[in-house]
Amino acid sequence: MAVAGRIAVRRPALAMRLGRALAPYLLVLPGSTWLILFFLFPLLTLAITSLMSGDFVSGFQLTWNFGNYTYGLALYATQYTHSVEYGVSATLIAFLFAYPTAYWITFHAGPRKSAYLLVLLLPFFVSFVLRTLSWETLMGDDGPLLGPLKSAHLIPSDFRVLATPIAVTFGLAYTFFPYMLLPIYASLEKIDKRLVEAAEDLYASKFEVVRRVIFPLSIPGVFAGVLLTGIPTTADFVNQTLLGGAGTTMIGRVIEQQFEVSANYPLASALAFVFMLGLLAMLLAYQRLFGTEELMRAR
Amino acid sequence: MTRDRDLPEFLDAAWLRGLTQTRITRRTALAGAGALSLSAFLAACGIGGTQQNAVSHQNWVWDKATKAGTLDFANWPLYIDTAEDSAGNTTYPSLVEFTKQTGIKVNYSEPIQDNAEFFAKIAPQLQAGSAIGYDIIVVTNGIQLTNLMAKHWLTELDPTKLSNFFQNGSKRVLNRSFDAGNRFTIPWQSGFTGIAYNTKKISREINSYNDLYDPAFKGKVGMFTNTQDTGNLTLLGMGIKPQNSKPSDWQKAANKLKGLRDSGILRKFYDQSYIKALSAGDTVISMAWSGDVYQANLSAENTDLKFLLPKEGGVIWTDNMCIPLGAAHPLDAITYMNYVYDPKVAAQLAEAINYITPVSTAKAVVEQDAAAAPDAATRDSLQATANSSAVFPSDADLANTSYYRELNPTESTQWNDIFNAVILS
Amino acid sequence: MSAAVTARRPRFRVGSLVLPSYAHLVILWLFAPIIVMAIFGFNDTHGKYNFTWAGFTLKWFLHPFGIPTLVSALTNSVVTALSATTISTVLGTMLALASHRYDYRGRTLIDAVLVMNIAASEVVVGSALLTLFVTYGVGLGFVTIVLAQVMFSIPFVAITVRARLAGFDPALEEAAQDLGASPLQTFFLVTFPVIFPGVLAAFLLALAICLDDYVITSFVAGNTQTFPLWVFGATREGVPPQVNVIGTFIFGFGVLLAVGGATYRTWRERKLARESAIATRA
Repeated sequence: MAVAGRIAVRRPALAMRLGRALAPYLLVLPGSTWLILFFLFPLLTLAITSLMSGDFVSGFQLTWNFGNYTYGLALYATQYTHSVEYGVSATLIAFLFAYPTAYWITFHAGPRKSAYLLVLLLPFFVSFVLRTLSWETLMGDDGPLLGPLKSAHLIPSDFRVLATPIAVTFGLAYTFFPYMLLPIYASLEKIDKRLVEAAEDLYASKFEVVRRVIFPLSIPGVFAGVLLTGIPTTADFVNQTLLGGAGTTMIGRVIEQQFEVSANYPLASALAFVFMLGLLAMLLAYQRLFGTEELMRAR
Repeated sequence: MTRDRDLPEFLDAAWLRGLTQTRITRRTALAGAGALSLSAFLAACGIGGTQQNAVSHQNWVWDKATKAGTLDFANWPLYIDTAEDSAGNTTYPSLVEFTKQTGIKVNYSEPIQDNAEFFAKIAPQLQAGSAIGYDIIVVTNGIQLTNLMAKHWLTELDPTKLSNFFQNGSKRVLNRSFDAGNRFTIPWQSGFTGIAYNTKKISREINSYNDLYDPAFKGKVGMFTNTQDTGNLTLLGMGIKPQNSKPSDWQKAANKLKGLRDSGILRKFYDQSYIKALSAGDTVISMAWSGDVYQANLSAENTDLKFLLPKEGGVIWTDNMCIPLGAAHPLDAITYMNYVYDPKVAAQLAEAINYITPVSTAKAVVEQDAAAAPDAATRDSLQATANSSAVFPSDADLANTSYYRELNPTESTQWNDIFNAVILS
Repeated sequence: MSAAVTARRPRFRVGSLVLPSYAHLVILWLFAPIIVMAIFGFNDTHGKYNFTWAGFTLKWFLHPFGIPTLVSALTNSVVTALSATTISTVLGTMLALASHRYDYRGRTLIDAVLVMNIAASEVVVGSALLTLFVTYGVGLGFVTIVLAQVMFSIPFVAITVRARLAGFDPALEEAAQDLGASPLQTFFLVTFPVIFPGVLAAFLLALAICLDDYVITSFVAGNTQTFPLWVFGATREGVPPQVNVIGTFIFGFGVLLAVGGATYRTWRERKLARESAIATRA
């Protein structure tokens, strides 16, 4: 094509042209059909089920029963709050643990950087149910950690970690830690070291270098990490079932119980749908907020 | 350029940048939804109820049923006698005996952890009219069993094939209000819901439901997530007979539980894992099921935990064997169901399971086994089983217990909503 | 000048202790439950419950597969995850190829759906699938698990492969086609080998996600048990030591993979350095 004039350009056959035009659609077809069928369409059935009424024995009929929403929200408003509370706290804790660690690995671990990263990710090879269970054993009131501390009278004998919101929050931060660590590490890694050198040459203290050069440049990673951690932590219920107690129930557990135990599909679907809408709203707000990131950079 | 291909490749800065840009606009989301035409879809909407006609005589299953030589038995965990073979694998001696006697091989599994969860798993298949892959399932009397019967998802049993049951079953199990005439179910084992506590941590005597509310045990009390267990025991604890209770009583019981939770005395609403918390010392007193304490003491090799029925009354429940609709080997199933009502078999099971056996004459067999025991330790434990009121309760014990309040579908939704408001909070 | 430098050094020394200790404490925190899990694999339990320490034994390590239901759950997990991952890798790679090479109508929509999928919480997606299957009377089991797992792993594959494609020089493909290769040949002989590491990474990532999935699988599994479902169910009476042993094995396998990968990479780099040294000398 680059050699003009001399070589006659033959127009490809019609079939080939059609094939080339259709190629993207053919490639995309199987994947997108699967997603439409098993992701988008079920969300629709969820919405419709939430408008049904009835009971398990006599069946559920579509009656445009918006009452499910008001009833569910009134009954379980606290649990929604719990989910948001614990999700936000867990994300914060994960951030506080992940950022300094990622920073240290990127800038101070030298040649053993990838080894450390691997070490950090190794525990997550094991099934998360098993890991959470081990926390339950470890944090027992008279368990291997608290037991000796209590015998040595370093902590009061009625002190407990399990069955409290603290246990749930730390459990969540633990389970979803890699989702926070990896994006932050990736963005820190991509920072041009020469910028850091330049800042130091300009007499910036170590702290100022972090505050004014490194952290702002790593914000995309922080943003991604917060997103990838925040959403699953809010929706999780396994941590709360194993590590939580009375008064720490999150909405994910309520939804699961309503589906599995009470077989109250309309109520469960309404609760799930509200949850999804809530998450979507927070997502959009979060993205809108971080649109101001450009302004911060310019400063 | 830094050689940083050690990174997981997908965490490209470009990708991360892409994530930070507003991709999902309202317009694109709504456009997608609108593209699907709803009207035709909605017209056909609904999740099936009892569509099939109530069949009056399902005995024709027994007309055509032949022995297949195999049986799929689904049960709860720790609910049958077990042993370890030389390779360290688990075996089930009573099932091995059964195979020797009848030539029917048993595929034993323990998928049932919770009535509601199990029911939620099998309901869609039964609704669709397909078999669930089990010939015998064990379901507790309660909402789920009522639903199974109401939807005609259980095969009616042929009494002529259950001679052992009618001959040896104790009079309590021959007469159950939730399955009159034993048309669909016969008991596997029964149990009490009561209170268990750690005698090493609590020195005073425990005998009442209200001991669970003692502020001295703050943060160390456990209750059940199961709305039926917790609700009924609380009603009894308030002096209300479950069978006569009304929704206003249920609300009073829920409020009492709410008080327990708010005061911080209650640690957690537990499922069967309550026994783990009790054993580990996370709770010192808890609602409990009668047979679990025995198992826990056995595992810990002590007798720290004690089970009792509160003086206001305990709850009794029965786990029932039933044959689901579409079972592939019904004749083998009913043969097994009859087999376990042989006093020797019942004794063998009772010695291992330690819940209330439905065959009261098994007590004599257990005492014989105790007398013939090879060593003192076995003899003592077998004798203890024979004397245990948790395995062979006296009539006086039984008189102080109630079954769950029976609930029709509307009532069960109401019951669940009232109690879940506290339990799932 | 020297005064300023001496004034700074103590702060630097403190700082250079705090940060690494912090990082190492975090690492300890990450490993704590793994250590506990491994230790309880040696617990000599007598009864059925495994929550209190009762003595040391190696017997569980010698017979880790003694529980038949656990083994069948493990097998189910592996089979469903492998099937699902294979399908989703193919579908996701196709999506990535299309998005990278062409600008077709509906591309932004598909991108949006992919991101939405990753962002959507498992509880919502799982319950939505359940309502779908229940409405249409589809029996829950092996097939529904695979359907669900493919659905949530496609976006991970698509994004991973696309990231790899981003650095892919289109001139290679054009060169191949100039030399007379058909589009299919181009793909298999040129494109695929280059993007293979990305596809492999995507496959492994999707495999890990499918194997460890609990929430969505619990909604659509019906009677079938997978490993996470089995373990969660077994929490009621205490997870038997065999599960701890299997978990320890999996962890050990991960360690082996990591060490093996790192060794392979160093070996490759050294080989490359050697070859380029030879080449420049030649």
